[in-house]
Amino acid sequence: MANYYIPAYYLISKTLNVEIIKTPFITFKTIEIGNKYSPEFICTPFKYTLGSFIEALDMGANVLIQFGGGCRYGYYSELQKQILKDLGYKFELYNLVTAGKTDIKRIYKIIKKIDKNFNLFKGLYYLFITYKMIKYMDKIDDYIRRNVGFEVEKNSFNNLLKEMLEKFSLVNNPISLCYLYHKYFKKFKKIKINKPNNCLKVGLIGELYTLMEPFSNYYIEKELAKFNIEIKRFTNVNYLLFSNKKTTNKALKKAKKYMKYKMCADASSNVYWTKYLGQKKYDGIIHIKSSFCTPEISVMPILNKVANDYNIPLIFLSFDANTSEVGIKTRLEAFHDMIEMRRK
Amino acid sequence: MKIGIPKALYYYYFIMKWKYFFDYLNIEIVTIDTTKEIITKGDSYASSEMCLSLKIFFGHIDYLKDKCDYILIPNINNFGTYNQMCSNFSSLYDLVNNLFDVKILTYEINYLKHKNEKKGLIKIGRQLGFKTKLLKKAYKIACIKYNKEQKQLIIDNMNKLNSGNKKILIVGHPYNLYDNYLGKIIIKNLEKYPLELIYSDLFNQDDLSFYLSENIYWKYSKKTLGAIAYCQNKIDGIIFISTFPCGLDSLVNELVMRKINLPYLNLVIDDLDAITGIETRIESFIDIIEQN
Repeated sequence: MANYYIPAYYLISKTLNVEIIKTPFITFKTIEIGNKYSPEFICTPFKYTLGSFIEALDMGANVLIQFGGGCRYGYYSELQKQILKDLGYKFELYNLVTAGKTDIKRIYKIIKKIDKNFNLFKGLYYLFITYKMIKYMDKIDDYIRRNVGFEVEKNSFNNLLKEMLEKFSLVNNPISLCYLYHKYFKKFKKIKINKPNNCLKVGLIGELYTLMEPFSNYYIEKELAKFNIEIKRFTNVNYLLFSNKKTTNKALKKAKKYMKYKMCADASSNVYWTKYLGQKKYDGIIHIKSSFCTPEISVMPILNKVANDYNIPLIFLSFDANTSEVGIKTRLEAFHDMIEMRRK
Repeated sequence: MKIGIPKALYYYYFIMKWKYFFDYLNIEIVTIDTTKEIITKGDSYASSEMCLSLKIFFGHIDYLKDKCDYILIPNINNFGTYNQMCSNFSSLYDLVNNLFDVKILTYEINYLKHKNEKKGLIKIGRQLGFKTKLLKKAYKIACIKYNKEQKQLIIDNMNKLNSGNKKILIVGHPYNLYDNYLGKIIIKNLEKYPLELIYSDLFNQDDLSFYLSENIYWKYSKKTLGAIAYCQNKIDGIIFISTFPCGLDSLVNELVMRKINLPYLNLVIDDLDAITGIETRIESFIDIIEQN
């Protein structure tokens, strides 16, 4: 997922004595393979992950790792295992999280199975560094998202980010990581931008995979940056892994008017974020999801109502294996024109 | 006093208990069978990607909204970590509350937060002005009657396995199987043939689901998987009935189809206008079974 393969690669290579096979970035071929072997009306992340698994197996991998969330994401691994077995591959597939519960004992057992010489203290030490790395990456990503649309020199943000991530993957202790982060954050701030005070601001909410994997949403953030729009996105790995519960509880308190009970996956957070963006007078909200994402579909009417109450434009984009890129671009263009007209 | 219960989704899981409970309190229950108009009405409220069962639910709410004092909508999150529900069930209350202007009775089922049906029904009863002692008694009586009735239904259903006819297991969520519009048409069609129809929801073999799927965590999918595992060797075919696009069935049914060694028919209902197509498929499926 996006640049997050770097902390994942870092953690595994430092703690486990295994050979890691880097799968190529997701392409149209990946989704084509995934689509071919997937059931009929499954959500799109299933197809992407299945396609990536097949590509990795073809490259010689024999241990696959899948995570699991609260919705049907937690059940992916079992069906994917069966599908890959039916295709004739030989492998082990481990699912770290089942039924939306993170069972640390279970994860430890799985890691022991993969590598017998696993050292718990070493593992925890590097886990801490990885946690910090993700947190710093998310902070910098947030800054980039706000300013990348106004850069004077093209690709200056992207090049510096690449350089920073390369340095990040070489660190050995938390102090040097912290030093690197502050050093690069200053550098990011020095990059010349041409940002007017009253630029257009758009919030991105929706389903986690499609939001965070840039290929699956056809690089929507880059598209928006071309229009000189400041982007606010709440979903990141830090939110998913560490501050999920806190945000949900906060959401239930702050958006009491619209919801009484906790909803599945990120649905309740999305309601709160819509309200937040409306209160902060953003110019528009883009809701992104993969098609057939049940939790998001069941929350869409509520989001519509919140957006109506706060008088903020809201557009729903649904991505599938064969959604046309041009269609999405046209809709984005129309959306941009509309929010620009509203300003005047 | 009248309480409206939409005859969709959770209705089929709880109605037997609710019927006795509210009967004891002298409260009238208002329901209606699904018709074509109800589906069209529900469609106008729902967003396009919602599953057909949820659209039917909205249609029922629309019918009930001015025909009763309250509408009963429980919020079912889970029955424990490994007994979860489809994610639609945990947002029903908020959906209706935001889309319609109706008075709603609600309670939460969330075993992780120690909220169960008994506490919920008593809370509702107190809201309506009954005394706790009476409510506890009503719930107890409802439970006894419900258990008795459910036991009999399960025994009857499982006895069908011993019959000499060809036996078919019908797999699906009860809100699709017993719905007046969706399931009944298909089942009426099947009843023309000399077959023994066994329903997957009337079983008590949840533990056996382990043989088909190791870490399934949906309560009612567990039940169907247990039923399939239990009567795998005693039946001649399986018919899967699901609505488009059901989140759980897309995964679970696919897994089962890959694991079982029986002839099966997968009926995905989008809109029942094209009943002839389904009839033809059923006919050819039964031909296959009879040839085996």
